[in-house]
Amino acid sequence: MAEYWNVNPDYEISAKSFLADKPEADVSLEFEIAVKDFVNAGKGSAEVKNTLKRLGVDPAILRRIAVASYEAEINVTAHSEGGKMYSYIYDDSVYIRFEDKGPGISNIEQAMVPGWSTADDLVREMGFGAGLGLPNIQKNSDLLHITSEYGSTTTLEIIIYYS
Amino acid sequence: MTLKDILTLLEAELLTAPSDLDKEVPCAFASDLISDILMCTKEPTLLLTGLTNPQVIRLSDMIDLLGIVFVRGKVPPQELIEMAEERNLMLLSTKLTMYRSSGILYNKGLRSCKI
Repeated sequence: MAEYWNVNPDYEISAKSFLADKPEADVSLEFEIAVKDFVNAGKGSAEVKNTLKRLGVDPAILRRIAVASYEAEINVTAHSEGGKMYSYIYDDSVYIRFEDKGPGISNIEQAMVPGWSTADDLVREMGFGAGLGLPNIQKNSDLLHITSEYGSTTTLEIIIYYS
Repeated sequence: MTLKDILTLLEAELLTAPSDLDKEVPCAFASDLISDILMCTKEPTLLLTGLTNPQVIRLSDMIDLLGIVFVRGKVPPQELIEMAEERNLMLLSTKLTMYRSSGILYNKGLRSCKI
Protein backbone atom coordinates (compact mmCIF):
# COMPACT_ATOMS: atom_id res chain seq x y z
CA MET A 1 0.00 0.00 0.00
CA ALA A 2 1.47 3.34 -1.12
CA GLU A 3 0.54 6.60 0.51
CA TYR A 4 0.91 10.30 -0.34
CA TRP A 5 0.33 13.28 1.95
CA ASN A 6 0.33 17.01 1.33
CA VAL A 7 -0.86 19.41 4.03
CA ASN A 8 -0.94 23.20 4.11
CA PRO A 9 1.19 23.92 7.24
CA ASP A 10 -1.36 26.53 8.43
CA TYR A 11 -3.97 23.80 8.78
CA GLU A 12 -1.82 20.81 9.68
CA ILE A 13 -3.03 20.45 13.27
CA SER A 14 -6.73 20.94 12.53
CA ALA A 15 -6.66 18.72 9.43
CA LYS A 16 -4.88 15.83 11.17
CA SER A 17 -7.17 16.01 14.21
CA PHE A 18 -10.15 16.11 11.86
CA LEU A 19 -9.04 12.90 10.15
CA ALA A 20 -8.46 11.23 13.54
CA ASP A 21 -11.93 12.20 14.84
CA LYS A 22 -14.06 12.37 11.64
CA PRO A 23 -16.83 14.35 13.34
CA GLU A 24 -20.39 14.12 12.04
CA ALA A 25 -21.06 16.51 9.15
CA ASP A 26 -23.80 19.14 8.90
CA VAL A 27 -24.57 17.97 5.35
CA SER A 28 -23.33 14.89 3.54
CA LEU A 29 -23.68 14.03 -0.16
CA GLU A 30 -22.93 10.83 -2.03
CA PHE A 31 -22.40 10.31 -5.77
CA GLU A 32 -21.78 7.27 -7.92
CA ILE A 33 -19.04 7.74 -10.55
CA ALA A 34 -19.35 5.48 -13.61
CA VAL A 35 -16.47 4.34 -15.83
CA LYS A 36 -15.77 6.80 -18.70
CA ASP A 37 -19.11 8.57 -18.17
CA PHE A 38 -18.12 11.99 -19.46
CA VAL A 39 -21.73 13.12 -19.75
CA ASN A 40 -22.35 13.03 -16.00
CA ALA A 41 -18.79 13.52 -14.75
CA GLY A 42 -18.61 16.72 -12.73
CA LYS A 43 -22.22 16.71 -11.54
CA GLY A 44 -21.18 15.66 -8.04
CA SER A 45 -18.66 18.49 -7.77
CA ALA A 46 -21.16 21.00 -9.16
CA GLU A 47 -23.69 19.90 -6.52
CA VAL A 48 -21.14 20.33 -3.73
CA LYS A 49 -20.25 23.79 -5.05
CA ASN A 50 -23.93 24.83 -5.26
CA THR A 51 -24.59 23.62 -1.71
CA LEU A 52 -21.60 25.60 -0.41
CA LYS A 53 -22.65 28.64 -2.43
CA ARG A 54 -26.02 28.63 -0.64
CA LEU A 55 -24.13 28.59 2.66
CA GLY A 56 -22.36 31.79 1.61
CA VAL A 57 -18.80 30.49 1.07
CA ASP A 58 -16.52 33.04 -0.67
CA PRO A 59 -16.54 32.66 -4.52
CA ALA A 60 -12.73 32.29 -4.79
CA ILE A 61 -12.78 29.47 -2.20
CA LEU A 62 -15.76 27.91 -3.99
CA ARG A 63 -13.74 27.77 -7.22
CA ARG A 64 -10.80 26.09 -5.40
CA ILE A 65 -13.13 23.48 -3.90
CA ALA A 66 -14.89 22.86 -7.21
CA VAL A 67 -11.64 22.51 -9.19
CA ALA A 68 -10.03 20.12 -6.67
CA SER A 69 -13.19 18.03 -6.48
CA TYR A 70 -13.82 18.06 -10.24
CA GLU A 71 -10.25 16.97 -11.07
CA ALA A 72 -10.63 14.06 -8.66
CA GLU A 73 -14.05 13.16 -10.08
CA ILE A 74 -12.55 13.20 -13.59
CA ASN A 75 -9.65 11.01 -12.43
CA VAL A 76 -12.08 8.36 -11.17
CA THR A 77 -14.12 8.64 -14.41
CA ALA A 78 -11.09 8.49 -16.72
CA HIS A 79 -8.76 6.07 -14.96
CA SER A 80 -10.72 3.77 -12.67
CA GLU A 81 -13.23 0.96 -12.86
CA GLY A 82 -15.79 3.24 -11.24
CA GLY A 83 -16.19 4.54 -7.73
CA LYS A 84 -17.94 6.81 -5.29
CA MET A 85 -17.60 10.36 -4.08
CA TYR A 86 -18.54 11.21 -0.48
CA SER A 87 -18.75 14.88 0.52
CA TYR A 88 -19.07 16.13 4.08
CA ILE A 89 -19.83 19.77 4.69
CA TYR A 90 -18.91 21.54 7.95
CA ASP A 91 -19.24 25.15 9.07
CA ASP A 92 -15.54 25.87 8.47
CA SER A 93 -14.45 23.27 5.91
CA VAL A 94 -15.38 20.58 3.41
CA TYR A 95 -14.03 17.03 3.42
CA ILE A 96 -14.40 14.98 0.21
CA ARG A 97 -13.38 11.35 -0.20
CA PHE A 98 -13.17 9.43 -3.49
CA GLU A 99 -13.07 5.66 -3.37
CA ASP A 100 -12.64 3.64 -6.53
CA LYS A 101 -12.68 -0.04 -7.46
CA GLY A 102 -9.21 -0.09 -8.98
CA PRO A 103 -6.85 -0.63 -10.69
CA GLY A 104 -4.66 1.45 -8.36
CA ILE A 105 -1.82 3.88 -9.08
CA SER A 106 1.50 2.19 -9.88
CA ASN A 107 3.65 5.10 -8.72
CA ILE A 108 2.01 7.99 -6.83
CA GLU A 109 5.14 10.21 -6.78
CA GLN A 110 5.32 9.88 -10.58
CA ALA A 111 1.59 10.64 -10.91
CA MET A 112 2.14 13.90 -8.98
CA VAL A 113 4.64 15.19 -11.58
CA PRO A 114 2.96 17.90 -13.71
CA GLY A 115 2.61 16.70 -17.31
CA TRP A 116 2.80 12.98 -16.57
CA SER A 117 -0.34 11.14 -17.65
CA THR A 118 -1.55 7.64 -18.49
CA ALA A 119 -4.75 8.90 -20.16
CA ASP A 120 -5.93 7.01 -23.25
CA ASP A 121 -6.91 8.58 -26.60
CA LEU A 122 -10.61 8.91 -25.74
CA VAL A 123 -9.78 10.82 -22.58
CA ARG A 124 -7.27 13.05 -24.41
CA GLU A 125 -9.76 13.87 -27.18
CA MET A 126 -12.07 15.26 -24.49
CA GLY A 127 -9.35 17.73 -23.47
CA PHE A 128 -8.17 15.77 -20.44
CA GLY A 129 -4.88 13.97 -19.92
CA ALA A 130 -2.69 17.05 -19.54
CA GLY A 131 -1.10 15.40 -16.52
CA LEU A 132 -2.23 18.23 -14.27
CA GLY A 133 -5.09 16.55 -12.41
CA LEU A 134 -3.32 15.61 -9.19
CA PRO A 135 -1.12 18.78 -9.16
CA ASN A 136 -4.31 20.88 -9.57
CA ILE A 137 -5.94 19.01 -6.66
CA GLN A 138 -2.87 19.62 -4.50
CA LYS A 139 -2.71 23.31 -5.43
CA ASN A 140 -6.36 23.91 -4.52
CA SER A 141 -6.65 21.85 -1.32
CA ASP A 142 -5.41 22.32 2.24
CA LEU A 143 -4.99 18.59 2.70
CA LEU A 144 -4.52 15.88 0.09
CA HIS A 145 -4.15 12.26 1.13
CA ILE A 146 -3.91 9.40 -1.35
CA THR A 147 -3.68 5.71 -0.52
CA SER A 148 -3.38 3.25 -3.34
CA GLU A 149 -2.30 -0.26 -4.04
CA TYR A 150 -1.42 -1.23 -7.60
CA GLY A 151 -3.81 -3.93 -8.74
CA SER A 152 -6.30 -2.87 -6.07
CA THR A 153 -8.17 0.30 -5.03
CA THR A 154 -7.38 4.00 -4.58
CA THR A 155 -8.77 6.40 -1.97
CA LEU A 156 -8.21 10.14 -2.34
CA GLU A 157 -9.21 12.54 0.43
CA ILE A 158 -9.20 16.33 0.38
CA ILE A 159 -9.98 18.97 2.98
CA ILE A 160 -10.45 22.64 2.13
CA TYR A 161 -11.06 25.38 4.70
CA TYR A 162 -13.26 28.36 3.91
CA SER A 163 -10.89 30.99 5.27
CA MET B 1 -14.55 45.30 -23.39
CA THR B 2 -18.05 43.83 -23.70
CA LEU B 3 -19.26 40.59 -25.27
CA LYS B 4 -20.77 42.72 -28.04
CA ASP B 5 -17.29 44.17 -28.80
CA ILE B 6 -15.84 40.65 -28.84
CA LEU B 7 -18.51 39.48 -31.32
CA THR B 8 -17.54 42.31 -33.68
CA LEU B 9 -13.76 42.02 -33.26
CA LEU B 10 -13.73 38.25 -33.90
CA GLU B 11 -16.43 38.43 -36.63
CA ALA B 12 -18.14 35.84 -34.47
CA GLU B 13 -21.59 34.33 -34.45
CA LEU B 14 -23.67 34.16 -31.28
CA LEU B 15 -24.87 30.58 -30.78
CA THR B 16 -27.03 31.08 -27.69
CA ALA B 17 -30.01 33.37 -27.18
CA PRO B 18 -28.70 36.87 -26.56
CA SER B 19 -29.00 37.89 -22.93
CA ASP B 20 -26.53 40.40 -21.55
CA LEU B 21 -24.27 41.37 -24.45
CA ASP B 22 -23.21 44.54 -22.62
CA LYS B 23 -21.63 42.43 -19.89
CA GLU B 24 -18.12 43.68 -19.18
CA VAL B 25 -15.36 41.12 -19.80
CA PRO B 26 -12.16 42.01 -17.87
CA CYS B 27 -9.91 39.13 -18.95
CA ALA B 28 -9.57 35.97 -21.02
CA PHE B 29 -7.88 32.57 -21.17
CA ALA B 30 -7.27 30.32 -24.20
CA SER B 31 -6.64 26.57 -24.16
CA ASP B 32 -7.75 23.18 -25.44
CA LEU B 33 -6.75 21.42 -22.23
CA ILE B 34 -9.31 21.24 -19.44
CA SER B 35 -6.78 21.08 -16.60
CA ASP B 36 -5.13 24.24 -17.97
CA ILE B 37 -8.48 26.03 -18.03
CA LEU B 38 -9.07 24.96 -14.43
CA MET B 39 -6.11 27.10 -13.38
CA CYS B 40 -8.45 30.11 -13.69
CA THR B 41 -9.71 30.08 -10.12
CA LYS B 42 -8.87 33.68 -9.24
CA GLU B 43 -11.47 35.65 -11.21
CA PRO B 44 -14.33 35.33 -13.73
CA THR B 45 -12.97 34.98 -17.28
CA LEU B 46 -13.80 34.61 -20.97
CA LEU B 47 -12.67 31.28 -22.45
CA LEU B 48 -11.38 30.69 -25.98
CA THR B 49 -11.24 27.01 -26.90
CA GLY B 50 -11.57 24.44 -29.68
CA LEU B 51 -13.14 21.85 -27.37
CA THR B 52 -16.83 21.23 -28.05
CA ASN B 53 -17.73 18.37 -25.69
CA PRO B 54 -20.18 18.76 -22.76
CA GLN B 55 -17.34 18.95 -20.21
CA VAL B 56 -16.54 22.45 -21.52
CA ILE B 57 -19.92 23.64 -20.27
CA ARG B 58 -19.50 21.61 -17.07
CA LEU B 59 -16.35 23.69 -16.48
CA SER B 60 -18.55 26.73 -15.99
CA ASP B 61 -20.10 24.97 -12.98
CA MET B 62 -16.64 24.91 -11.38
CA ILE B 63 -14.96 28.17 -12.39
CA ASP B 64 -16.75 31.38 -13.40
CA LEU B 65 -16.85 31.73 -17.18
CA LEU B 66 -18.27 34.94 -18.65
CA GLY B 67 -18.68 33.32 -22.06
CA ILE B 68 -17.03 30.78 -24.36
CA VAL B 69 -15.61 31.54 -27.82
CA PHE B 70 -15.26 28.44 -30.01
CA VAL B 71 -12.34 29.06 -32.37
CA ARG B 72 -11.35 27.61 -35.78
CA GLY B 73 -15.01 27.57 -36.89
CA LYS B 74 -16.03 24.93 -34.37
CA VAL B 75 -19.74 24.67 -33.67
CA PRO B 76 -20.82 22.57 -30.68
CA PRO B 77 -23.76 20.15 -30.80
CA GLN B 78 -27.26 21.46 -29.98
CA GLU B 79 -27.35 19.71 -26.56
CA LEU B 80 -24.31 21.70 -25.55
CA ILE B 81 -25.96 24.98 -26.60
CA GLU B 82 -28.99 24.03 -24.47
CA MET B 83 -26.73 23.24 -21.49
CA ALA B 84 -25.19 26.71 -21.87
CA GLU B 85 -28.58 28.44 -22.09
CA GLU B 86 -29.70 26.68 -18.88
CA ARG B 87 -26.68 28.30 -17.23
CA ASN B 88 -27.16 31.70 -18.86
CA LEU B 89 -23.73 31.26 -20.46
CA MET B 90 -23.16 32.86 -23.86
CA LEU B 91 -21.46 30.87 -26.62
CA LEU B 92 -19.73 32.48 -29.61
CA SER B 93 -18.18 30.87 -32.66
CA THR B 94 -15.45 32.41 -34.81
CA LYS B 95 -13.69 31.14 -37.92
CA LEU B 96 -10.44 32.70 -36.71
CA THR B 97 -7.75 30.54 -35.08
CA MET B 98 -7.08 30.58 -31.36
CA TYR B 99 -3.80 32.46 -31.88
CA ARG B 100 -5.35 35.11 -34.12
CA SER B 101 -8.42 35.56 -31.87
CA SER B 102 -6.25 35.91 -28.78
CA GLY B 103 -3.96 38.38 -30.56
CA ILE B 104 -6.85 40.59 -31.69
CA LEU B 105 -8.45 40.71 -28.24
CA TYR B 106 -5.11 41.26 -26.47
CA ASN B 107 -4.23 44.12 -28.83
CA LYS B 108 -7.54 45.78 -28.00
CA GLY B 109 -6.69 45.67 -24.30
CA LEU B 110 -8.26 42.44 -23.07
CA ARG B 111 -5.74 41.14 -20.52
CA SER B 112 -4.91 37.57 -19.51
CA CYS B 113 -6.82 36.24 -16.52
CA LYS B 114 -4.86 35.78 -13.30
CA ILE B 115 -3.82 32.19 -12.61
